[in-house]
Amino acid sequence: MSEKQHSHDLPFWRKYIFSLDHKVIGIQYGITGLLFLFFGFCLMMLMRWQLAYPGQPLPVIGNLFSERMMVGGIMLPEFYNQLGAMHGTIMVFLGVVPLAVGGFGNYLVPLQIGAPDMAFPKLNMMSYWVYFLGGVAMIASFFLPEGAAQSGWTSYPPLANIAASGQTVWLIGMVFLITSSLLGSINFIVTIVQLRAEGLSFFRLPFFVWAQFVTSFLLLLAFPPLEAAGVLQLMDRLAGTSFFMPSGLVVAGKALEVSGGGNPLLWQHLFWFLAHPEVYVLILPAMGIVAEVFATNTRKPIYGYKSMVCSVIFLGFMSFIVWAHHMFLTGMSAKMSSFFQITTMIISIPSVILLTALALSLWGGSIRFSTPMLFAIAFLPMFGIGGLTGLPLGLAASDIHLHDTYYVIGHFHYVVAPGTIFALFAGVYHWYPKVTGRKMSEILGKIHFFLSIVLINGVFMPMFILGLAGVSRRLYDQMQFAHAQPTQPLNVFMSVCAWLLGLAQIPFIINIFGSLIWGKKVDNNPWEATTLEWAAPSPPPHGNFDAVPEVYRGPYEYSVPGQKHDFWPQNMAKEN
Amino acid sequence: MQKYYGWGLPYNASAYGADVDRLIYLLHGFMILLFVGWLIFLVVALFKFRSRPGHQATYKPDHFKAPTYIEVGVALFEAFLLIGFSFPIAKHVRTLPPKGEALEVRVVAEQFAWNIHYPGPDGVFGKTDIQLMVPANPVGLDRNDPAAKDDITVINQLHVPVNKPVIVHLSSKDVIHSFFLPVMRVKQDVIPGQNVPVWFQAKDTGNFEIACAQLCGLGHYRMRGFLIVEQPEQFAAWQAKYAPKVPAPAPVQTPASPVTVAKE
Repeated sequence: MSEKQHSHDLPFWRKYIFSLDHKVIGIQYGITGLLFLFFGFCLMMLMRWQLAYPGQPLPVIGNLFSERMMVGGIMLPEFYNQLGAMHGTIMVFLGVVPLAVGGFGNYLVPLQIGAPDMAFPKLNMMSYWVYFLGGVAMIASFFLPEGAAQSGWTSYPPLANIAASGQTVWLIGMVFLITSSLLGSINFIVTIVQLRAEGLSFFRLPFFVWAQFVTSFLLLLAFPPLEAAGVLQLMDRLAGTSFFMPSGLVVAGKALEVSGGGNPLLWQHLFWFLAHPEVYVLILPAMGIVAEVFATNTRKPIYGYKSMVCSVIFLGFMSFIVWAHHMFLTGMSAKMSSFFQITTMIISIPSVILLTALALSLWGGSIRFSTPMLFAIAFLPMFGIGGLTGLPLGLAASDIHLHDTYYVIGHFHYVVAPGTIFALFAGVYHWYPKVTGRKMSEILGKIHFFLSIVLINGVFMPMFILGLAGVSRRLYDQMQFAHAQPTQPLNVFMSVCAWLLGLAQIPFIINIFGSLIWGKKVDNNPWEATTLEWAAPSPPPHGNFDAVPEVYRGPYEYSVPGQKHDFWPQNMAKEN
Repeated sequence: MQKYYGWGLPYNASAYGADVDRLIYLLHGFMILLFVGWLIFLVVALFKFRSRPGHQATYKPDHFKAPTYIEVGVALFEAFLLIGFSFPIAKHVRTLPPKGEALEVRVVAEQFAWNIHYPGPDGVFGKTDIQLMVPANPVGLDRNDPAAKDDITVINQLHVPVNKPVIVHLSSKDVIHSFFLPVMRVKQDVIPGQNVPVWFQAKDTGNFEIACAQLCGLGHYRMRGFLIVEQPEQFAAWQAKYAPKVPAPAPVQTPASPVTVAKE
């Protein structure tokens, strides 16, 4: 391949930094995403000190923070609010999405469809660097005189409109991040439609590719409204417009000098019109990873592949008409809330089908309890808890009491943290051999898994109790409220679990770097899997495949009767 | 106050709170049932089909019928929850009691306090104006308005009589707040520029809490008020004590609709 020869001549900075290779870009996304996840986790660990021991000085590192963050090690409420807003923003927009879509999607989609690269390599590179700039802007905002954004990751105006300068940088950062996602999503769609290998029909695509395909449509269609909203809020802050500002506001005893006539609810509609599909952007790639890991480690086809594909498409459509269930308490009429309650109940059905199909895939298998499989198995009950606890929040009557409490925090963290992030861990352990040519340590992997699964439940399970007790989210010090005081001991418990959970990631960090050196070397297909990425060398060279692959069958032909081996790769013409 | 609050739902002092609680309990029963049943399946499957020498995976196990039934069952139960519980409860909570029967009160939220405005004996809220909003007059009440002469304004103390519907007209001076009465199962976002009414009826007397449930700035965590539910006599006595010393004028013809702070 001339392309392949060509890549050897490229200077270092073209090959590894401003690379056009989807695999290098995927790794860049993956590493940056993991670093942001770690950074976002650190912000949360700081918050958990204030939550467990409100008003007490943070030992050892407390004095390292500047006077506008902590005074004598005691966290200031403005810094707490910054940590909260930035934890959410970083985890969602800079951590999970870049890792799940930018990282796994970029690396795997071209390989799984038998393509040499993405359809638009330069767009792909631009997408990463625009994301990188957005990330730099977000991090840099901590160093502003008034600190980072502090109005929650939801940035509801008027609070966000009148907030300090960190909010402006947050909005600029968001515009970068959204632009990056839009560039990426169009690239994925074109790649999946146009560059599939010979014989790879849509219903032979690995489920992971389907998940990325639907995710790309969600990003493409849901992000523009938020980008518009972000620009409108930027105009409100900088150009004196009042898209989200009603007339007659009095802040701190002074009439606010704005033209007025706007509506703060407009922001919420635009925001949640993105942010609900965003939930599925977070969860679908995770389900895709779980499906791949399940098929490989149960040695049988996943159950109900076609119903899963139909469900994921239906889920994608439905996710655009449920957004206002985040706004039941904004004073909407009973009729309007009925509509959104019905759509919310309807969207639970494809989710249940997906989860059931994955669980039934275990039945009849020969289950290998490898580290990636353990994480993938854990995804099921964890995502199950996340889904089930969405029910009381999706019904307007029970939502009255639970809205904006810790119940919500517990709910969506179960979906995203032990749900999506566990699936992402499964993906890292599963595809690490493909990316590096070496396996990760199973012992370290299992230590990482068992500690994480116990501790993460210790962090999030008590949140449901706090939520039922009515403890509101985003409280700097819940001891100020009588109704929140009895549950304060649980905060200490959750914080200790969170800090230990941080320590439990050390085996993972050692594993991911150490295995580069001492990991067992592997050939093309160490897991004896069927999909096309395992037909390429490990690691795949520029251009991916030694010979252009051709596809003869569906993605999960494991344990086919009459075959000598229990796996029958998609690209194998003859019997196996 | 400790006796009202613990590790589960707070004490319910509201007439319609029991309906909300029943739905929450029912849902959690349903969730636990589904989850445990499903977890048992998972554990059995993981044990039964573990990889071991001599065991082989089955290419296409029999098609399962049970998931379809469970799926339909879940869908039907969700429809039952909507039609049997959520729709009627949400409608009941949203439907204001007849004006004559209820005590009406305005709550004007600001960073970080709850300003309470009673219409006084005439039952009519006086005009308010943002130009008049000074620390001594946080709701900007125009005392020259005849309807305002007997109005009572207090901060962070919502006194209401027991067993009588109360309509709270919510508005905000600055940012979005959320008016949360844990024991009344009342929570309603307070949106600047809008006047959103919410109602409840206390079934018990006591000293309860008002909390802000929506991030509203640095002092969000201490935006706390008190809800004092009293016997009607005590409530009348409290109102008399706080009533302005000027005698109330004859009833006036101003429209009964409360004036929002956000009007130009």
